[in-house]
Amino acid sequence: MSYRVGLDIGSTTIKYAVLDEAGRLVDSRYERHYSHILEKARELLCGPIAASVPGGKAAVAISGSAGMGLAEGCGAPFVQEVFATRIAAKKYEPQADAVIELGGEDAKILFLTGGTEVRMNGSCAGGTGAFIDQMATLLKMTPNELDAAAQKAEKTYTIASRCGVFAKSDVQPLLNQGARPEDVAASIYQAVVNQTIAGLAQGRPITGRVLYLGGPLTFSKTLRQSFDAALGLAGALPENSLLFVALGAADYAKEEFELAALAAAVAEKGGGRGGYASQPPLFANKKEYEEFHARHLRASVPRAAFGAGCGPVHIGIDAGSTTVKLVVIDQDANILFTDYQPNLGSPLPLIRATLQKLYAGHPGLAVASATATGYGEELVRTALHADYGVVETVAHFTAARWFLPEVDFIIDIGGQDMKCFKIEDGAIGNIFLNEACSSGCGSFLQTFAEALGYEVKDFAALGLFAESPVDLGSRCTVFMNSSVKQAQKDGASVENISAGLSISVVKNALYKVIRASSAEELGRRIVVQGGTFYNEAVLRAFEKEMGCEVVRPDIAGLMGAFGAALYGRQRAGQGHKSSLLDADALAAFSQTVQSVRCGGCTNHCQLTVNRFADGSRLVSGNRCEKPVTGKADAGGRNLYEIKRRLLAAYEPRPGARGSIGIPMCLNLYELLPFWHAFFTRLGFAVYHGPFSSRQLYLDGQGTIPSDTVCFPAKLAHGQVKALTGMALDAIFYPCMTYNLDEGLSDNHYNCPVVAYYPEVLAGNCPELAGVRFIFDYVGIHRPADFVHKMAAILKKHFADITKKEVQAAADAGYAEYKRHMDTLRAEGARIIREARAEGRRIIVLAGRPYHIDPEVNHGIDTLITRYGAAVITEDSVAAYEQKQPTSVLNQWTYHARLYAAARWCCAQPDADLVQLVSFGCGVDAITTDETREILQRGGKLYTQLKIDEITNLGAVNIRLRSLFAALDEKQRAAAAEPRQPASTPRPAETRPGQERT
Amino acid sequence: MSQVSEPIPAYPKFTKAMKATHTILIPNMAPVQFAIMKAAMEHAGYKVEVLGNCGSSVAQLGLKYVHNDTCYPALLVIGQFLDALQSGKYDLDRTALLITQTGGGCRASNYIHLLRKALAKAGYGQVPVASLNFSGLEKDSGFELTLPLLRGLLAGIFYGDLLCALRSQTQPYELHKGDAEAKTRQWLETLCGWVRRGQGVSMRAVKRTMPLIASDFAAIPKKVAPKVKVGVVGEIYVKYSPLGNNGLERFLADEGCEVNLPGLLGFVEYCIYNMAETTRLYGGSAASVLGPDALLAWLDGGEQAMRKALTQYGYHAPAAFKTLTKLPEGIIGMGNKMGEGWLLTAEMIELVQAGYENIVCAQPFGCLPNHICGKGMINRIRALYPAANITPIDYDPSATPVNQENRIKLMLAVARERLETGEKPGPGAAGTAKNEGKNPFYGEMPRLRHTGPRAAAPARG
Repeated sequence: MSYRVGLDIGSTTIKYAVLDEAGRLVDSRYERHYSHILEKARELLCGPIAASVPGGKAAVAISGSAGMGLAEGCGAPFVQEVFATRIAAKKYEPQADAVIELGGEDAKILFLTGGTEVRMNGSCAGGTGAFIDQMATLLKMTPNELDAAAQKAEKTYTIASRCGVFAKSDVQPLLNQGARPEDVAASIYQAVVNQTIAGLAQGRPITGRVLYLGGPLTFSKTLRQSFDAALGLAGALPENSLLFVALGAADYAKEEFELAALAAAVAEKGGGRGGYASQPPLFANKKEYEEFHARHLRASVPRAAFGAGCGPVHIGIDAGSTTVKLVVIDQDANILFTDYQPNLGSPLPLIRATLQKLYAGHPGLAVASATATGYGEELVRTALHADYGVVETVAHFTAARWFLPEVDFIIDIGGQDMKCFKIEDGAIGNIFLNEACSSGCGSFLQTFAEALGYEVKDFAALGLFAESPVDLGSRCTVFMNSSVKQAQKDGASVENISAGLSISVVKNALYKVIRASSAEELGRRIVVQGGTFYNEAVLRAFEKEMGCEVVRPDIAGLMGAFGAALYGRQRAGQGHKSSLLDADALAAFSQTVQSVRCGGCTNHCQLTVNRFADGSRLVSGNRCEKPVTGKADAGGRNLYEIKRRLLAAYEPRPGARGSIGIPMCLNLYELLPFWHAFFTRLGFAVYHGPFSSRQLYLDGQGTIPSDTVCFPAKLAHGQVKALTGMALDAIFYPCMTYNLDEGLSDNHYNCPVVAYYPEVLAGNCPELAGVRFIFDYVGIHRPADFVHKMAAILKKHFADITKKEVQAAADAGYAEYKRHMDTLRAEGARIIREARAEGRRIIVLAGRPYHIDPEVNHGIDTLITRYGAAVITEDSVAAYEQKQPTSVLNQWTYHARLYAAARWCCAQPDADLVQLVSFGCGVDAITTDETREILQRGGKLYTQLKIDEITNLGAVNIRLRSLFAALDEKQRAAAAEPRQPASTPRPAETRPGQERT
Repeated sequence: MSQVSEPIPAYPKFTKAMKATHTILIPNMAPVQFAIMKAAMEHAGYKVEVLGNCGSSVAQLGLKYVHNDTCYPALLVIGQFLDALQSGKYDLDRTALLITQTGGGCRASNYIHLLRKALAKAGYGQVPVASLNFSGLEKDSGFELTLPLLRGLLAGIFYGDLLCALRSQTQPYELHKGDAEAKTRQWLETLCGWVRRGQGVSMRAVKRTMPLIASDFAAIPKKVAPKVKVGVVGEIYVKYSPLGNNGLERFLADEGCEVNLPGLLGFVEYCIYNMAETTRLYGGSAASVLGPDALLAWLDGGEQAMRKALTQYGYHAPAAFKTLTKLPEGIIGMGNKMGEGWLLTAEMIELVQAGYENIVCAQPFGCLPNHICGKGMINRIRALYPAANITPIDYDPSATPVNQENRIKLMLAVARERLETGEKPGPGAAGTAKNEGKNPFYGEMPRLRHTGPRAAAPARG
C-alpha cells in the first residue's frame, strides 16, 4: 500500500496528515489559512506533503467544510468531515463511545456505540472556535490568555448559549458593569458547553468514554473541564486531537495522485464552481470617489483652541460598549478637546486618566457641567460624580440636531449596536435598535478583518475600489461567516469581500433594523454617525443603497459625547459648577468590583457591586429596587405581577380520582383557571408547574429537538421535567388548533407552536415514558361539542368518568375562566384609574399570556414600574375594542388582542404600547408590522422589545428610557398648545376622530 | 366603545372582466405539475404565465419589501413577483398575480396580504392579486374555481406527479444519459396540448393515459445498479421549488442518488382530509364530513390507477393517501393540520418503510409547523425505525449552499456506507463491527507517533 494523505480544510484552519505504508503518521501540520485556501493548499501539497512521501506520489482525500468545492474542482475524492472523524475515531480510539468535536465554526457530536449517530450544529447555532476567538477579542486577550484567565475564575455568569451574537450582548454589559474578566472568561466556556449540549445532544445522553477533538478543545483546558463538569465524566483528549479529520481522510484515501500535479490542479481549478453573486462597485471611477470625499469633508464642527481664556467648559463622556469618548466644549459649543479610545473592557481607568490629563494640562479649569451617556452612563455618574446622565439616543439626537436643526432621521452605527431614530415634530419618534441577531456593526467588520489578517481600517479601504463586491445578503454574523466562506471558495478576492461586508452592514441596518424600503420613507435630512461611518466604504454603500446624499459629521464617532456635552450645556444654568471629581479626588480614586448573588427574593439576581473610594456604591444586575433601597415594589400597579399571583393561587385540592399536573407554559398560562376548575370538579388534585427559571430551562434544554423554536416553547421541556418529578397520576397538556373566539378576528387559531407543542414533548422527552401524558386534540371553542368530545377522550384514560360529570366540569371550567378574565379586566381598569389619579404613564406591555413568565420576560414588567409607569396587559384592554379591518389576515386569537390593544392605546392620551416579541416567533413577523401601523396611524410611538434567553436588560433599558424621554418631549411640546384634559378613569371612551393616513 | 374606522389602504380586486384583459403571473413551485396546471387555466380562458425568473435579485427584492423574519417562501415568491413586474416585460395595467392560500393556522395564509403590502410599497399598487384557495377566503375575487377548471388542475397534478415519479426512478439508471428527461419533456408537451384543449382531463381519461406513460418510460434502456435512495419531505415550497432549495433534487441526482419527492396530490388530499377531520375532532355538522370524504374517495380512484400503472411496469409506487393516514398512529395526531402537519411525518415514515431511509427534511429557517411535525418528530421516527437517516435542512436567503450541502453529504456518507456494507442498524446495535473487521489495522492498533517529515524521503526528480 502506498502513502496516504488526508487534507482537512476547515473554516479557519488547514490540517494534513501523511500516513506511510504501514499506516504510521509520518508528517502533519495544523495552521490557520486566513482564508487563502487555494494558495495554502497548493503550498502544502507541493511543499511539505510532497517532500514527505516517496516519489511525490500518494493517495489523497480531502475533507473539511471549505474543502468540498476545492475537492470537486481538482478532482480529488472528498470525504465529509464528520464521517472522516468517525473513521479515525474507530481506528485510533476503538473504545470511544462518543466524540465531541469543536472546530472553527462547527460543533459536532458523534455517538459511536449504541446506534451510530452524527450530529452537527444547525445553521443557526453559532460558531464555536470562531465564537471563542470573537469573545477573546472582546476581552482583549489571545485565546491562550482567555484560557489562563478562566482558570482563575471564582464564579460564572449566565451567558446566552444559543448563538454567539446573543452571548456577545451578554458579555459586553458584564464587562461594562465591571465584572472580573476571569469570571467572564470562564462563563464564555460554560456558554459553549451549554450550547453544544443543548443544540446537539437533543435528549440523547452523552456517556461512556468521550473524546475531545478539534482546536478549541485541544487548546483550552478550561473548556475540557467545563465539559467534564457538565457531563459528569472525565473525557479524554487523544493524541493528535487536532488531526482526526485529516487522519480519517488519509485512511479513506485510495486514489493515487502525483502531488505536484494535484497542487497545480488545486491552484487552477480548486475555485470550485467559480463565480459568485456580485453587485455593482462602490465607485465607478476615481473621480467619483474624489467628489464624494470632498463633499463629506465639508461637514465639520467648529473648533477653538483649548487655552486659558476659554472660560467654563462642558464635558461629555460617552462610555460606549467598545469605546470611551470624551468631548470638551466651551460655552459656545466650540470643540476644545476630544478623546476616543477602546475601552478595553474597563472604561473607568481610561476616563480617569483622560480627566487627569485635562486637569494637569489646564490648571484652574472651570468645569461647568459633566454629562455621561452610553452603556456605562450609570457607572460614570456614580464613580466620577458627573452632573447629568442622558440616555444615548437623546445624546445622539442632541448632537445631530445641533448639526442639522431640521434633521429627520439619524442612524448611528457603533461598535456593538446600531441606533436609528426618526425625528417627528422635534422629538424622537420611532426608535430602532439592532436586535441581538443582526450584528451588522463595527465590531462585525473588525472581526472579519482580523480573521482575514488585516487591520479594520486597511481592510475597509481595500473595498473602496473593488470591481465586483460580493453579494453577502443581510443576516447575522453566523450566516455571514459561511457566506464569506462560500465567496472565498468561489474565488472572491479580499477586496470584493471587504466591499461586500461593508454593503452588508448597511443592508443589515436598513432592512433588518429599520426595515425601510426607500430614502423617502426615512426622511430627506439624514445624519449618519458612529465610528463605523468613518469607513468610507460603509458610508458610500449607505448613500448608494438609499439613493441619496447624507450628512456625516467629521466627529461621527464622537456624537454621543458631543451630544452629552451639549445636553449639559443646556441644563446647567449660568454659573453652574460641576460636581465632577476634581484633581485631588481623582488622584485618590479607587474602584473595587464584587459579584454577589442577591438573596432578597427567589429571583437570586447576580449582582455586580462597584464600590468607590468616596464610599459611593453602584449595584447592577438587579431586577428590582430591593438590593438598593431594601424595599421591593409591592406590584400593585403591575398587572403582570397580579396575573402571576392570581395563577399561583390555583392550588391543588385533594381529590378522589388522584392527581393531575398542568405545565405552566404557552397557552396554559391563560387556560390554567379553566383546566384547574375542570379537573378539580372531576375530582382530581390539580398541580401546576412552577414559574420558569433559568435552572428549569437548563434542566429541560437537552430534549429540545429544534433549536430555532421560540424560547417560551423551549421552557415547556423544563416544565415536563419538573412535573414528572412530582409523581403525579397524569400530566395534561392538550393540543389545541383553535383558541376561543373573542370576536376580534376572522378566525381564532392558535399559532402552530402553541397549538401542537405537546406533540413535541411526547415525542422527545424521555421522562414522559411510563407517565400518563394526556395530550389529545381538544376544542374548547365549541362548548357543546367539547363536552362529549372531552368525555370520549377522558374515557380512554379514566373509564369511570361520565359525560354528565364532564358537563358539570366544563361548566365549572368556563365559569372559572370567565371569572378569571373578568378579574383581570377589573384589575386592569383599577390600575388605569389609579395611574390617572396619580398622573402616571400607562404602558400596555403587549405580548401573549405566557409572556408573564418571569423567565420569559426577564423582569421587563418590573423594570417599567421602576420607571414609575403602570403596567397593564393586552388582554385587559382588548375587550374595549371591536373587530376592525386589518391589512393582514387576522386569524389568531392572541394576536387579535394585540391589534385591539393598539387601537385602544391610540385613543388614550396617557397610554402607550410596548410589544414583547419572542425571538423566533414567526407570527410576530406579521403582527409587529401591523401593530406598528395601527399605532402610527393613531399618532403613537411604537416600541418593540425582542426577548429570548438573554437576561441582560441593557438594550431594553435604552429603549424604554428613550421612549419615556420621547414621551416627555412630546408632552412638553404639547403643553404649549391647549390640550384635552386627561379624561375620565374609565378606560373605554370615544376617540376623537382621526384623519391621519 | 371606540368606533373609529381606520383607513386601511384599499387594494385592487381581480374582477371578472380582467380575465379577458390581464395576464396572470404564477410563481413557480413544482415545475412539471405547474406546467400542466397552467394549460388547464388557459383552457378556462385565463392568460397565464408561470414565472421562471430567478437569480439574486429575487431574494433581494423579497428582503427589501417583506419583513425579514417572514418565512423564506414568502420572501422568494414575493421577490419573484416584484422582479417580474420590474423587468418591463409586462404591461402593469394588464397584469395580475395569483397566489395560493391554504387558510390554515400557519403564516402562509398571510402571504397574500404581505404581497399586497409589498406591491403598494414598491409602487405596483394597481396590480391586482387573486387568491387560489378552498377555504372561502377572499370571496369577492373574480377568480373563480369552476368545476372544469378544478378538474383540469387535478389532472395536472396526477400527470405531473406520475411524470416526476417516473423520471426520478428512471434517470439514475438510464443507459443513455438524457433519455428520461427527454421523455418527460415530450410527454409534458403532449399533455399540455391536451389539457389546453380540454382533453384528457376527465378521471377516466387520466386513468387510461397513466399506464401509457408508464409503459413508455419503462421502454427506456436501463442498467440496474444499487444506488443510494433519498427521499425529500418538507415545507411544500422549499420541498419542490429549485429556487427555494438551491436545486436540491439536482444536487442529489448529481451525487448519484435516486430521489423520491412524494407527490403534490398527497398535499391536496391532506387539505381535503383535514376539513372532515376538524369536524370529527371538535364537532360540527355531519354533512361537513360527507363532501370531503366523497372527494377523497374519488381521488383515491385515480391514485390507485396511478399506483397500478407504476407497479405494473416495475416502478415503485408511493403509498396511497389512505395508507398515509394510518402511518402516524402513535407518532403524531391527525389533528396536526397546520403547514404540512401530520402528512410530513407520514411521508417520512412511508419513505423509510419503502426503502428510502435517507431523508432530507427541508424547511424554511424558523418554519413554525416544522418545529413540530418535521424536526420535532425525527427522534421519534428514529427510535421506531433505526434505519432512518434523516437530516433536517434549513433554507434561508443567506444560508449558503455550502453549509446545506455539507450536511446533506454527511447524510449521504452514512447512506453510502450502509449501501456498501449492506448493514442496517438495529435498535441499540453498535452496528459497526463489520466495518471494523475490514480495517487492516484493527486489532493491532499502531500507537500514533509523530515522526515529523521523513528525512529519508527520496528526492523527487
